[in-house]
Amino acid sequence: MGKLVYLRNVVTLQLDQGTCCGCAMCTAVCPRGVFEMSGKRARIADRDSCIECGACARNCPEGAVSVQVGVGCASAVINSALGRTSACCCSVDQYQTSGKSSAGNGGCC
Amino acid sequence: MNYKVDPGLYALGHPDADSPVFISANFKMSFDHLRTSLNDGRSGWILVLDTDGINVWCAAGKGTFGTEELAKRIESSGLAGVVKHRTVIVPQLGAPGVSAREVQKRSGFKVVYGPVRAADLPDFLDAGMKAAPGMRIKTFETGERMSLVPVEIVHAVKNLVWVLPFVILLSGFSGRGAFLSHALQFGSVSVIGLLTAIAAGCVITPMLLPWLPGRAFSLKGVWPGIVCAALFLFVRDVLWGLHPAGALETFAWVLVIPAVSAYLAMNFTGCSTFTSLSGVKKEMKWAVPAQIAAVALGAVLWVTSIFV
Repeated sequence: MGKLVYLRNVVTLQLDQGTCCGCAMCTAVCPRGVFEMSGKRARIADRDSCIECGACARNCPEGAVSVQVGVGCASAVINSALGRTSACCCSVDQYQTSGKSSAGNGGCC
Repeated sequence: MNYKVDPGLYALGHPDADSPVFISANFKMSFDHLRTSLNDGRSGWILVLDTDGINVWCAAGKGTFGTEELAKRIESSGLAGVVKHRTVIVPQLGAPGVSAREVQKRSGFKVVYGPVRAADLPDFLDAGMKAAPGMRIKTFETGERMSLVPVEIVHAVKNLVWVLPFVILLSGFSGRGAFLSHALQFGSVSVIGLLTAIAAGCVITPMLLPWLPGRAFSLKGVWPGIVCAALFLFVRDVLWGLHPAGALETFAWVLVIPAVSAYLAMNFTGCSTFTSLSGVKKEMKWAVPAQIAAVALGAVLWVTSIFV
């Protein structure tokens, strides 16, 4: 079975190849195989596979990668829209503030 | 039930000052996956972070499995006095919360990202802490998808319970004769119609996800919904001996079952491993209004079919 890919041309991932130092950290942390090394620089090989988890941006020592981090979860979007922040599972805001999570009651999501 | 493990440093087997250090979350399943995968006679240290009992990936997204907690826990556990080396193995799915560089700066420990699956750890270690390409990719195979089905059904049925009294009450008015027998007969058939929608959205869609046409999950959910609506309408007359569904009721089910299925399929985005927030927001912009319109129109048609 091929790789599962979501919508085309929608993710916010950006790579500034000019500031890339070639450490290949992004290729190590990406769980979707979005990056590959081309010579001494990283390159976005499969942009539509990006899930905006932010692992690459957080681990790039040069700040060459940027992405608006979030979780691709419709329930989280609905929870946020309805102002439900105490629900078992996630809301979009929780991820953006990255502060203390609300009382966790198990491995939801 | 409590699925939390106490945060802190644990010994696996008979570790010494040269043994590897594995980082985990204090969700029991995360911890147990790690332990079992290293069960082939290996020794090591497991440093459990306080993630509020949430698994590594979700906690990394929330930031509780993160740089701050890892650096603090390395210090409070006295890890530097326990091992001679200065390397910790962090699960790759923890990377959204952990900045390897920042951790090294603050704790002196180098972060090496292990494979996505704990089961690949033995091979990863034997290869000198090098991940084979496949170890870096999060998959979403049929078994992984189906394991999520029960909790999806429970969520959906919980929401359905709110609708039940209305469906059964209104069903009582269908046809002439005893209110109660209509409420029970027509009502239970209608409830089965709604359960069919849940089966389409929560079971069939996840099962056939890679092969259903369309990229948006809402669209993927429509196809099983249409098939299930047709099946339901066919079986309805044969199995329960009701008078055949009129045009209004038929239209109602053809609208409601695919729409509910599409909604449930859309909510499966959060369970999946390949959706982005930008994509989900884009999908919801057209899908949610369409779902609401279809369900509302379907409900009006269904109620009308009872009273005309």
